[in-house]
Amino acid sequence: MASQTGKSGLLFSGSDWDFKKLSRVYDEIEAIAIDQLHLDTYPVQMEVISSEQMLDAYSSVGMPLMYRHWSFGKHFLHNEFLYRKGGRGLAYELVINSNPCIVYLMEENTMALQALVTAHAALGHNHFFKNNHLFRQWTDAAGILSYLDFAKGYIARCEERHGPAAVEAVLDSAHALMDQGVFRYHRPPKLSSEQQREGLRERLEYEERSYNDLWRTLPPAQGTDKAKAGEEGLAERKKSLSLPEENLLYFLEKNSLVLEPWQREVLRIVRVIAQYFYPQRQTQVMNEGCATFVHYTLMNMLFDRGRINEGAMLEILRNHSNVIFQPSFDDPRFSGINPYALGLDMMQDIQRIATEPTAEDRDWFPDIAGRGDWLETLLDAWANHRDESFIRQYLSPTLIRKWRLFVLADGSDRPHYEVASIHNERGYKKIRAALAQNYDLGANRPDIQVVDVDLLGDRHLRLQHKVKDGIILENESRDATLRHIRSLWGYEVSLAAVDAETGATLGERWTKDC
Amino acid sequence: MPIFIDRRLNPKDKSLGNRQRFLKRAREELKRNIRDKVRAGRIAEVDQEHAVPMPRKGTSEPVFSDARDSGRRQHILPGNRTYISGDLIPKPGLGGMGSSSPGNSESEDDFRFVLSREEVLDLFFEDLELPDLVKLSLKQILTFKPKRAGFAASGSPTNINVGRTMRNSHGRRIALRRPKQAQLDAIARQLAMLEAQPPNAARRERIAALREEFDLMERRRRRIAYVDPVDIRFNRFDPQPQPNASAVMFCLMDVSGSMGEREKDLAKRFFVLLHLFLTRRYERTDIVFIRHTHEAQEVDEQTFFYHTQSGGTVVSTALEEMHRIIERRYPATEWNIYAAQASDGDNFATDSERCIELLGGKLMRLCQYFAYVEIIDERESHIFGSTENGTSLWRAYSAIEQKWPNFQMRRIAAPADIYPVFRQLFARQPAMRVSA
Repeated sequence: MASQTGKSGLLFSGSDWDFKKLSRVYDEIEAIAIDQLHLDTYPVQMEVISSEQMLDAYSSVGMPLMYRHWSFGKHFLHNEFLYRKGGRGLAYELVINSNPCIVYLMEENTMALQALVTAHAALGHNHFFKNNHLFRQWTDAAGILSYLDFAKGYIARCEERHGPAAVEAVLDSAHALMDQGVFRYHRPPKLSSEQQREGLRERLEYEERSYNDLWRTLPPAQGTDKAKAGEEGLAERKKSLSLPEENLLYFLEKNSLVLEPWQREVLRIVRVIAQYFYPQRQTQVMNEGCATFVHYTLMNMLFDRGRINEGAMLEILRNHSNVIFQPSFDDPRFSGINPYALGLDMMQDIQRIATEPTAEDRDWFPDIAGRGDWLETLLDAWANHRDESFIRQYLSPTLIRKWRLFVLADGSDRPHYEVASIHNERGYKKIRAALAQNYDLGANRPDIQVVDVDLLGDRHLRLQHKVKDGIILENESRDATLRHIRSLWGYEVSLAAVDAETGATLGERWTKDC
Repeated sequence: MPIFIDRRLNPKDKSLGNRQRFLKRAREELKRNIRDKVRAGRIAEVDQEHAVPMPRKGTSEPVFSDARDSGRRQHILPGNRTYISGDLIPKPGLGGMGSSSPGNSESEDDFRFVLSREEVLDLFFEDLELPDLVKLSLKQILTFKPKRAGFAASGSPTNINVGRTMRNSHGRRIALRRPKQAQLDAIARQLAMLEAQPPNAARRERIAALREEFDLMERRRRRIAYVDPVDIRFNRFDPQPQPNASAVMFCLMDVSGSMGEREKDLAKRFFVLLHLFLTRRYERTDIVFIRHTHEAQEVDEQTFFYHTQSGGTVVSTALEEMHRIIERRYPATEWNIYAAQASDGDNFATDSERCIELLGGKLMRLCQYFAYVEIIDERESHIFGSTENGTSLWRAYSAIEQKWPNFQMRRIAAPADIYPVFRQLFARQPAMRVSA
């Protein structure tokens, strides 16, 4: 690479791009990224698309392939409306967690912008997808495109065979449960259906062999009254269905008594896609922060080596600062914390702590302060954290002061917001914990689980909503979603709201009432 | 080096299928929307794009979500300047703080989107029960007929003109002196002959010379193709618009008090359909609105549909007015004249004779087509459905209908009854073809 820098100057000049320039820039950026930042990426496939195609991609949740459903049409209309009205610009790029990693580039981008998004998406996001433990554990980058292809084909075939209306009904219901269709903590039981059947057969055989009629004649043991038997039955039942179950789609797919095999497969498709996207939703700050940090660092390196000119760098910096713009809370443009800004700031802060720590940093981060090797720390964080743990671990007092963060306690029964903590000695830890908590997807989604179902009785499906901090469900959407569950389950469904701390039942909603 | 793929030329409307699914789902609501638009808008404006609000029913996507006005939360916000712990900030009104939790305040459902002309017409046609072929020809913008127009150097393989192609090939082969197969065969024969004889120096030389000539010819043949791409000619077709002329459409309506909201709505849809038909067939279509009570006058569309006038009902005044306008502005030699009349059937008792006279004597000779609809109550439809008895106007027009094949009349009580009035009109059309 040193020889390259020696003999040639700029990688490109002017704003027009062509494939040769793109390729040259990519090669250069990749070389630096591997050399200097030790990034480890999937091979890249760059696709140049037009704005209409970007809108298309938006409406199919960013995937190049998707089955057909009316809701995507609705989202398309909405995105198109915002775009045409100028209410929202389109992204410069879109990147897909697949192997090879697909990066969409917009044709309208200037060459400088293409260089920026190449560094951002093709290297930053790509590295994160390949190395972060959530993606490694939960997503199959090599298989996702062929799975989507299968899903699209399968649903099209179902529509041919069973009619679009029937398929649409199942998809509607499944989409309503997408948020409750992921495993948050444990993997699904590994047994394939064949192994499962084999195991069941063996068990029955064993029971037959060891059956002895004599046992039946024994008088019942003392103290086994009916209530206890009922309780035992309940425990047995729960065990056999591995209840409680948080993944409603999984439960319905495996246990619903009214679904046809193809309907189960449709539920499975929706569930697999929901699970595929779950890591992305848990790592917004980190993912964008990583990509932004990478593009910022790489672009500066390129500039320092004289590979891009000042005009291009100026354009890049302008776009960069637009992306990481964070208005404060009283600004009319404020709409929550910008993940790009927070991610980048935290990562640059880690860089600072590692190289020029203050006494405070040494107190707070004894293991990384002043160790000099910031890259090692960052690579480790990118690989092993999600937003919640990353913030809990690395948000420093310096940054809290810089952002002037404060916590506002909001009780629905109070006429006032209360400022709970501000950026001072007493507040740092609380702010950090509260912010981390806000990024904990598992804790923020309504916690709804299947707790009981009597398959041999009235088949009434009992769900339980653990009410945290008194936050209850919105009535209308709750009833509508319950109706969807009922149509998949086929029998009565009820949802009990239970306070997570006291265990007191706050109310129960039955589908027959809504 | 990464793989680059240029997708810009890929088809754009990847989500068209999703759009159709979505429209189908919201069909009822969109239909009601379009119907309101037809009711409120102008006849000629049906035939275009329309913006409609996002339908609400049936298009919500419920999920379990937290009620915003419950429980205790913590918001973490940047940019604190003046607050210290323990400060109380009053909550602004019921709308919640503008800068509160990351939930989106603006509803995704609150916007308008544009339906294409085709989609609008689909929705408009929905309960008119038109045959599919008619729907298709109405949606078509202009009719073209491909007409032979010489030859072209490019085209689709099915259009190759073999004769012309071979002529070019022949000329080129002569000009470039491509050796014929017969010449080659002759040399080959000679060679064979010479080789069969015992060799001597002269023959050897001769054989070598022949060989060389043979090779040369063969190379030449290889290089000069028998049929070269430059020879190929295609038949060229020009899309020729069907001969079109101008048409004028007369809308006649009784506006006396007995025509209520429902009647006018039905009448309007009847007029719209005729207008759609005319704009498809003719380059230029004028509409003339004539309303009448006991006297008739030409009015604009707004007045025609939305102003009532009190008075009796004398139909012949409208026919007279129509005749006067034709004579003044629309000579039958230049214009195709269509008329559509809507009424509830009331007429002044002695006027029907006069109507017969006017129609039979003058107007039917001038008109391409005259359609009359009598709008009746839905409850009456089964009583009047088949019988020839009816209002005085109905009885009078029945006589005309028998005499003139281009006169159509019908009682309508519901939108689905409208189309049969025009059935003959649409059936008479020659099969139209669209050029690709």
